[in-house]
Amino acid sequence: MPLARAVLPSFYQDSVKLMRLAREIGKKPGVSEVAALMGTPANHEILLQAGLAEESEVEAGPNDLVLAVEADSQALAFEAIEEAKTFLTQARAAGGGASDFSPSSLAGALAAAPESNLAMISIPGAYAAKEAMDALRGGLHVFLFSDNVAVDDEVALKREAIERGLLLMGPDCGTAYIAGAGLGFTNVVKPGRVGCIAASGTGLQAAASQLGALGEGISHGIGVGGRDLSAEVGGLMTLHALDFLSNDPDTEIVALISKPPDPEVLPEIEEALENFSKPHVVCFLGAENPDWAETLEDAGHAVAATLRGESYEPDNFFAQAGLKEKIASLKPGGAPGGGGVLGLFSGGTLAHESRLIMEGLLGAVSWNEDAGRHRILDLGDDRYTVGKPHPMIDPESRAEMVSRALMDEGVGVVLFDLILGRGSSQDPAGPLARAIKEARGKDRRPLFVASVVGTADDPQGLDAQVGILEDAGVVVLPSSAQAARFAAALVKQELIENA
Amino acid sequence: MKDLRNRQLRVVNLGLEIFADELRDQNVPVTRVRWRPPAGGKPHLLEILEKLEELDK
Repeated sequence: MPLARAVLPSFYQDSVKLMRLAREIGKKPGVSEVAALMGTPANHEILLQAGLAEESEVEAGPNDLVLAVEADSQALAFEAIEEAKTFLTQARAAGGGASDFSPSSLAGALAAAPESNLAMISIPGAYAAKEAMDALRGGLHVFLFSDNVAVDDEVALKREAIERGLLLMGPDCGTAYIAGAGLGFTNVVKPGRVGCIAASGTGLQAAASQLGALGEGISHGIGVGGRDLSAEVGGLMTLHALDFLSNDPDTEIVALISKPPDPEVLPEIEEALENFSKPHVVCFLGAENPDWAETLEDAGHAVAATLRGESYEPDNFFAQAGLKEKIASLKPGGAPGGGGVLGLFSGGTLAHESRLIMEGLLGAVSWNEDAGRHRILDLGDDRYTVGKPHPMIDPESRAEMVSRALMDEGVGVVLFDLILGRGSSQDPAGPLARAIKEARGKDRRPLFVASVVGTADDPQGLDAQVGILEDAGVVVLPSSAQAARFAAALVKQELIENA
Repeated sequence: MKDLRNRQLRVVNLGLEIFADELRDQNVPVTRVRWRPPAGGKPHLLEILEKLEELDK
């Protein structure tokens, strides 16, 4: 197929902007593939694999922008390249006004705004550790969104931060709430009295949104990065964050949300919690401890109950009134389709939690697209996002997977999450609802079950997004845990009969 | 913990522009750094620069 390419030398652009540009150009009729990438070695590999470059073409460097378009005709491909170039040069010209002074280095920024107290770093991982260290040494707290930061660097950064009384959130930190402001991917919640420490972005988003719905607000939500409780990092930032929140007058209670700590690290965390001066709720997903919340939802309820001076006991989901009738109404004639559950998740923590819940109810659940009766896919994982936007930012690729699931005889139930808030797509429900509606009238179609992380004040609006899904026939449950249990009950009725 | 309780959050943003935009929407002052890969992104030049920087300290 005809291909056109262009290299814009010294034209660095951030990846989110480039992915949006590629998506826009890709909508032109006759255009089949678009790539807009900085010329890093990893991106050259992506271009080669996509057939958008040849082995000999490695002239572009990490500072040079590579455009490649595959289209029905050579003329159309060239036209699309020109359109992309025009868009990029106009956007650059528009952003370069004298009123919007922006320095070219961290040191320059600190000289221009010496009162700064936090750095947000989302540059490629290979460069991120150095900038983060410079920020700490300049006295700034750091929100480190970048991934691919070496674990040795992570340890060094966290030690430096602790020595200086600063927070190092990350690496791979997607979400934080600091002093009333949301950093990164956040839901709009009120400032309040609940302090959160979380390893992951979507875990913190789910907790904050649920606490918001329960009438509570967040004092600080500190992301510590997914490796903090590993043996290598030793819980450095979790312990430091506990210390910070114990001294914070706005924080009355703390929720700690993560996968279970490494066995080497657990005793130190347990000791810190035992000596912790404030009430706290622990949710280590997958850990077996009766004192800890089993799900994110239970953790939220436990926090709210504790603040009311009450204790919290989760209800038996399967014994609730009306559930049996609801399930029966959805599956006339027995098990839907081939009876398997396919989870298509954008939130890593929600995928993990759903898998744990379903394994407890249904037996083995696979992470792999191609194997197993029940599968939960984390579409935000690196293996699905190489050269593509994260499904939270761009829902189209997940909508394509929904369309594929409609053809898959083995899929009886499609389970998915929707994550609203700042940074997320403006309409994550829309493309999924369109894909689901396409199945109407076909011989067989799977049932769709979802949960939505979000608040009424999010830019997308919680009720509006739930409405779009329900209009497409999706059953929307109030939490990811309930959605996973509901999906399990659809393929295994005994769960309700034995409740 | 330094600065977070009694002083307004003021952010320096290196990287994705959407993060700076979101903070501005929340009335948080942001200084945006026009970050580019140092040394034109060439690893061997970067290594030399880092060594020079270390000598400087």
